[in-house]
Amino acid sequence: MHKRSTVMTGRREEDAVARFTTESRRRALSARRLRRGGLALALVAPAAVAYAIFVLRPIAMTVQYSFYKWDGITPSTWVGLANYVEIVHNPELSGSIVNAFELIVFFSFFPVALGLFTANAIRGFATSRLAVVSRTVLFLPQIIPLVAAGIMWSWQLSTDGLVNQLLRLVGLGGVARAWLGDFTTALPAVGVIGAWVLFGLCMLLLLAGMTKIDPSLYEAARVDGAGPVREFFSITLPSLRQEIVVCLTVTVIAALASFDIVYIATQGGPGNRTLVPGLEIYYLAFFQREVGTASALAVALMVLVLAVVLPLQRINREGAS
Amino acid sequence: MIVSRREEWLGRILLVLLMLVTVMPFVSLFATALHQSGTYPSGLSWPATPHWSNFLEAFKAADMGHLLWSSVLIEIGVVPVSMLISTLAGFALGHLRPPGGRAVLIGFLLGLTLPFEGIIIPLYYQMRDFGLLNTRWAIILPLIGLYMPFAVYWMRAHFITMPDDISEAARIDGASTWQLFWRIHVPLSMPALSSLAILLFLWTWNQFLLAVVLVSDPLQRTMAGALGAFQGQWGTDIPLLCAGSLLILTPTLIIFLVFQRRFVSALLQGSLKG
Repeated sequence: MHKRSTVMTGRREEDAVARFTTESRRRALSARRLRRGGLALALVAPAAVAYAIFVLRPIAMTVQYSFYKWDGITPSTWVGLANYVEIVHNPELSGSIVNAFELIVFFSFFPVALGLFTANAIRGFATSRLAVVSRTVLFLPQIIPLVAAGIMWSWQLSTDGLVNQLLRLVGLGGVARAWLGDFTTALPAVGVIGAWVLFGLCMLLLLAGMTKIDPSLYEAARVDGAGPVREFFSITLPSLRQEIVVCLTVTVIAALASFDIVYIATQGGPGNRTLVPGLEIYYLAFFQREVGTASALAVALMVLVLAVVLPLQRINREGAS
Repeated sequence: MIVSRREEWLGRILLVLLMLVTVMPFVSLFATALHQSGTYPSGLSWPATPHWSNFLEAFKAADMGHLLWSSVLIEIGVVPVSMLISTLAGFALGHLRPPGGRAVLIGFLLGLTLPFEGIIIPLYYQMRDFGLLNTRWAIILPLIGLYMPFAVYWMRAHFITMPDDISEAARIDGASTWQLFWRIHVPLSMPALSSLAILLFLWTWNQFLLAVVLVSDPLQRTMAGALGAFQGQWGTDIPLLCAGSLLILTPTLIIFLVFQRRFVSALLQGSLKG
C-alpha cells in the first residue's frame, strides 16, 4: 500500500512537469485513448457481429417482409401497409393480441399480487428453515422447460386430472370439466399455468426486496400507531418499487411473447380462444405460408413489448432519482 | 406479540399451501408414470403394482441417450463461445470505456426485451440459405447472437463496478491490457461468470421455439424441443408420456438441486438486471 502511494505521488509530480508541455501531453493522451478505443472496439467486435447477424439483420428483415405478400417460395409483391391493415381487420389476428393482453392478468397481476401478499406474510421468518426450503421448492417451476410445465398441467387440467379430482372431493363435481377444452375456461386455464410458473420468481424477488428495507422504518410506524395494513401500503409497497417493476417487466414479456405453454397445452384452441401472437406467427409463416402477414404480426408484437416495457422502466428510473 | 405470533402461523400455513401447489403437478406426474402403459389413470392415484418399467420403455421410445448427447453438444456450442465474446465485450465497454461505447451499449440493450418470435421468420430463411436447417448449428448460432444483449449487459455491469485502483495498480506494475484482463479481471469475476454460465445453460437447455422451427429432427434438438416432439408422438399414452417427461426433466432437476443456491441467486439477479 505504502509503495503504491509513493508511486502515485511520483506520477503526480510527473504530471505536474508535463503540464508545461500541455500540447505534447494532449497528443500523447489522445493517441493512448485512440489506441485504447481501437482495442476496445476490437474486443466488442465478435459479440457485435454475432448480434448483428442473428438479431439486428433478422429484425430489419422482418420489417421488410411485412410490406410484402410472400409465400416463401415464389417472388414476393409489394403490398405496402396491407398486412398491417389485415391485423386490425382480421378478427383471428387482432384476437390473438387481445388474448395476449388477457394473459397479462394471469401471468403478471396474480403472481405479483399473490407474491406481495405471501412475501409480506413470511417476511418475519424469512431466514427460518421452512422459508429456506421454500426457496428451492418455489423455484422448481422456473428451471423446468415451459414445455414440461405445459405437459404436466394439460394432464392436471384434463377431465380425469388432479384439478377435477380435488373439485369432486370437496363436492364441486358440477363445475368439473376439461378446462383446456372449454371455450370459457381455456384461456384462464392457460393463464393458471403461467401463473404457476412465474409465482415463485416474483415472490422470491419481492421477498429479497423486503429484507432490504430498514427495520427501523417499521418500528417508527409501530410507534406512530400504524397497523399492518397501513404499514404495508406506506412502507413496504413504496420501498419495493424497483422489484415490482422488475416482476412486471419479466411477466408481461412472458405473457405477450408466450408460445411454449400454449403450443403444448391447447395449440391455440378451442376455436382460436387461446391463440396468441407467437403461435399465430408460427402457423402463418410455416403452415399457411403467409410470410408477409406473419411478419407484420411479428413487428406488431415487438412494438407492443417495447410499448409496455419502456414506460415500466421509466417508472423505475423516476423512482430511483 | 400474540398477534404477530398468529400472523406468523398464518404465513407458515400459506407458505406450505403454496409449496404443495407447486409440487403437486410433479407428484401427480410421477404417480401417473407408474401406471400400466396405455391406461387412463385418474389425476393422483398410486397404482396397485407400480410399473417401473415405464421409465425404461420411455427411455427407449424417446431415444434418451441420443437426446442427452444432442443437448450437450448444443450447450457446448453455445455457452463457452457466448461467455467468451460477451466477457470481452463487457470488459471493453465496462472497463476500457472507448469513445462511442455508450452508443454500442444502447444498441445491445435494444435487443434485451426482444421476443424470439419477432425474428424467427428471417432466421428460418437465413438458416436455409446457409444450408444449416435441420442441423444443431441452426440452434447454436442464433442463440449466441440472441444471448448477446443480456450477456454483454451483465458482464459490463460487473466490470463497471470493479474498483479502478486494482487496474491502475496492475498497469503501474507493467501489465498490458491483455494481462490485466486474464490475470486480474477474469479471476475476480468468477461469481458473475458462473451466474451467467448457469443462466445460459438453462435457457439453452429449455429453448423450444428455435428447436421446433429450425430443426425438424428431434434427435438434433434441445431437451425441451425433443419433449415437444415426444408429446406429439406419445401424447395418447398418458403413463408413458409422464414417464418420458420426468426422464427429460431429471438432468435439469439434478443440476438444480446440486447447485440450487447459485441457481436461485443467478436467476434472481438475472431478472433484476435484465
